[in-house]
Amino acid sequence: MSGGLSPLSFPKNARAALANPPLLKAIAHIEETLVNGRRRATEALPEFDALRDAGRDIKAHTLKHLDLYLEAFERKVLEAGGVVHWAADAADANRIILGICREVGARRVTKGKSMITEEVGLNAFLQANGITPVETDLGEYIIQLRGETPSHIIAPAVHVNKEQVAADFRRVHADLDPKRNLDEPTSLLAEARGVLRERFLSADVGITGANFLVAETGSTVIVTNEGNGDLTQILPKTHIVLASIEKVVPTLEDVATIMRLLARSATGQEMSVYTTFSTGPRRAGDPDGPEAFHVVLLDNGRSAMLGNEFEDMLRCIRCGACINHCPVYRSIGGHAYGSVYPGPMGSVLTPSLQGLDASAHLANASTLCGRCESVCPMRIPLPKMLRHWREKEFERHLTPRKARFGLAVWRFLATRPSLYGLATRLAAWGLARLAGRDGALRQVPLAGGWTRWRDLPAPEGGTFRTEWAKRGRT
Amino acid sequence: MSNRDAILGRIRRSLGVSGSDATRLAATRHRLTETPVNVVPARGQLPSAERVELFVRKASEVFASVARLDGRDDIPAAVANYLRDRNLPQAVRRGDDPRLATLPWDREAQLAVTVGPSDGKDLVGISHADAGVAETGTVVLTSGPDNPTTLNFLPDHHIVVIDASTVAGDYETVWADLRRRFGAGAMPRTVNLVTGPSRSADIEETLLLGAHGPRSLYILVVG
Amino acid sequence: MTTPKPRVALFVTCLVDFFRPTVGFSAVKLLEDAGYDVSVPADQTCCGQPAYNSGDKAGARALAERVIGLFEGFDHVVIPSGSCAGMIKMHYPDLFSGEPGWRLRAEALAAKTHELTSFLVDVLGVAPLPATWEGTATYHDSCSGLRELGVKQQPRRLLSAVDGLAVKEMRDPEACCGFGGTFCVKYDEISNAIVERKVADVRATGADLLLAGDLGCLLNIAGKLKREGSRIEVRHVAEVLAGMASGPAIGETRK
Repeated sequence: MSGGLSPLSFPKNARAALANPPLLKAIAHIEETLVNGRRRATEALPEFDALRDAGRDIKAHTLKHLDLYLEAFERKVLEAGGVVHWAADAADANRIILGICREVGARRVTKGKSMITEEVGLNAFLQANGITPVETDLGEYIIQLRGETPSHIIAPAVHVNKEQVAADFRRVHADLDPKRNLDEPTSLLAEARGVLRERFLSADVGITGANFLVAETGSTVIVTNEGNGDLTQILPKTHIVLASIEKVVPTLEDVATIMRLLARSATGQEMSVYTTFSTGPRRAGDPDGPEAFHVVLLDNGRSAMLGNEFEDMLRCIRCGACINHCPVYRSIGGHAYGSVYPGPMGSVLTPSLQGLDASAHLANASTLCGRCESVCPMRIPLPKMLRHWREKEFERHLTPRKARFGLAVWRFLATRPSLYGLATRLAAWGLARLAGRDGALRQVPLAGGWTRWRDLPAPEGGTFRTEWAKRGRT
Repeated sequence: MSNRDAILGRIRRSLGVSGSDATRLAATRHRLTETPVNVVPARGQLPSAERVELFVRKASEVFASVARLDGRDDIPAAVANYLRDRNLPQAVRRGDDPRLATLPWDREAQLAVTVGPSDGKDLVGISHADAGVAETGTVVLTSGPDNPTTLNFLPDHHIVVIDASTVAGDYETVWADLRRRFGAGAMPRTVNLVTGPSRSADIEETLLLGAHGPRSLYILVVG
Repeated sequence: MTTPKPRVALFVTCLVDFFRPTVGFSAVKLLEDAGYDVSVPADQTCCGQPAYNSGDKAGARALAERVIGLFEGFDHVVIPSGSCAGMIKMHYPDLFSGEPGWRLRAEALAAKTHELTSFLVDVLGVAPLPATWEGTATYHDSCSGLRELGVKQQPRRLLSAVDGLAVKEMRDPEACCGFGGTFCVKYDEISNAIVERKVADVRATGADLLLAGDLGCLLNIAGKLKREGSRIEVRHVAEVLAGMASGPAIGETRK
């Protein structure tokens, strides 16, 4: 398991992931399903690129008026009979949610899949206070049994194989007949369905996140394929929604626009199976639905991202496309990042949430290939923001000394063309001699990071500038 | 200072704006009342017959089964046959919705029809959709005294009746209709957009139907 | 009185200058065959990308000032590298935000700077060149050229005119090769995992020859192919287009 978020544990975690063939096989499989799915779905919709522009514009406008749209949203929630709480940070959010649970005497709590609750560490906090929330999304349920964190924001249990799931079920499900066959995913699903059905029906409080908060109507929107989010929010007497403030969008039309981007970018589906709009507690005459509806609006660093070079990151709709297309994620999986959010979006967001000291390495673990930006449905300039973090790191002297020294040497030489010419001539000649007739070197002093895995092609011998001058050219 | 004021204050400071600026207030008020339409895919913009055909095709693609009926009176027989074909008991639960209550259920005397929200023990539930969206084969179900939301999620099998005339080309048409029925800025307690039966790919990326919601969705398109 | 030919300057790039002058000479030949006089400002060194990508904006700016000064007097600047061309075209102006004078000069240079294959196809619209190479090649799309400059069809168009050469696409030509500048030594294990996938993709095409437009990518992929004992030839696309592909390939034994 990962050693948490720190520049020191990242290389260790990455190495462990690279030496884990089942994990690598699972990540490779993601490429096939999610990447190919996204390609098929986006190619089948001619308006997709226009929708991306519209999505970007809607969020940009919303962020510039975020205070006003939050106030409008709050008004409508109150009008519908709901309650709105404002949480400055994770501790606030946890305290508020615990307070609601205690007020209603909650003994059993169910949860829909929610990355924001991971971000604030809600489960651990509630458990420490005597309440054990049950994850109902199948992937989240699996990792809850294993005591793990999600390794992908859409497919949290991608790193777990079916044999491991069967073993976990046998270990935890007290009523499971040992003779029952759990070899295939279908039987595992049936087992989970049965166990979780009982939890759904007996829960006092259901906690979900929200994909959207609709200012026009005061609605919270969740998007699932399993239906677990719906069973979490309509069966218990109390429904609590935890959502960060940038989830707000102005109108139902704006939701429709971004909805068309979300599932296609995340899994390649055109629509997730269940998209549900919840507005307030049950109305008079409703035969079912929660009696109390609470929305907890969370800041936790978002307001500090407004008005500066990281504001664009607040457009993120948590689709995971950037993660699925990233060559670094593809190589090491999500846990190696050591943060709640992995991949490109995680590397941009985490320093804002956790501070640069603990997380500067994330922005460096990227080739800046730009594939993330090319698939982001909201056109977020991820490489640009990764570079911004590197600039902040450099300004604050967090960059390793060896790297700073190397850059200083390079700058010194590159601003002195004669010296540069001399140094490069010598080095090229030297390396070419070292290689002899071989075209490549298996070992080169100071270049262990390269030659551990690759040969270094030998220079041709003379530099271009000297050869050009030799031919009497200018 | 309350958390609320602190957060709103921080937002305004970061943006360098005031919460009482008339231009900003007008801009948000405008968007919230005019509710402008953004890009709408051409796909669903079809004459009604083709629209319904698109709806049927799209719903089938996401593993709903779809049947077209000439009239409402054919519904009880369609339900009974569906149960028979799947070796299910002749029993179904519905809400108070008059569009379902007034059907000739007595034509299928063996079919036990119970009424009210589901307690989790029903195998089959039947609801009436308010609309459909041809663009993705989606049915739109709204909560209310006649339509228990639990019927959409708890039973193993979900049967949804939809009038062909309510199949829209896009979501935007459905929102406009909701505003007409419930008022601007107002919503029923729950609006469910349902696109196919429940599914999960969380175990080794294998696609499986029937995660927590219904394992099968049977759509009866009437008219 | 004949109109003076446009003045074209070659930005040779630090990697080409150091490792493989043949690429520079190939680029010159292609430009001269197209009817241009080519100058190579003698004092050129580096475009500043390593500093820029490491967050050292001041260091990048210092090098950018030199490049602008050396090259702004020409009508076109042509570069056999998508990443260096991308640096000048897309990022130089950013380095001078808040300095209108420098910024204008940076934008002016950006407007007339081109990656080599893009210059040949998009600006010159060159007719097929008389080049020959018998065999099958596959083409790797370097990230900067592809995503910053839109270089995708241009090298393929040019290659389609090479006599005897067939181009077979790999499964994912647009996937990063794992070079990423300093990334390949700072995060060498991850870089290796990425290049292993690229090399498997290259091998699976059955091609004899791997081509690309960026020497960083080529050194990385060639180094891995050699370490795996592969005989696949690796060259810069300019070498084949200029008919200068008979010497040792990248990493290949010299006779």
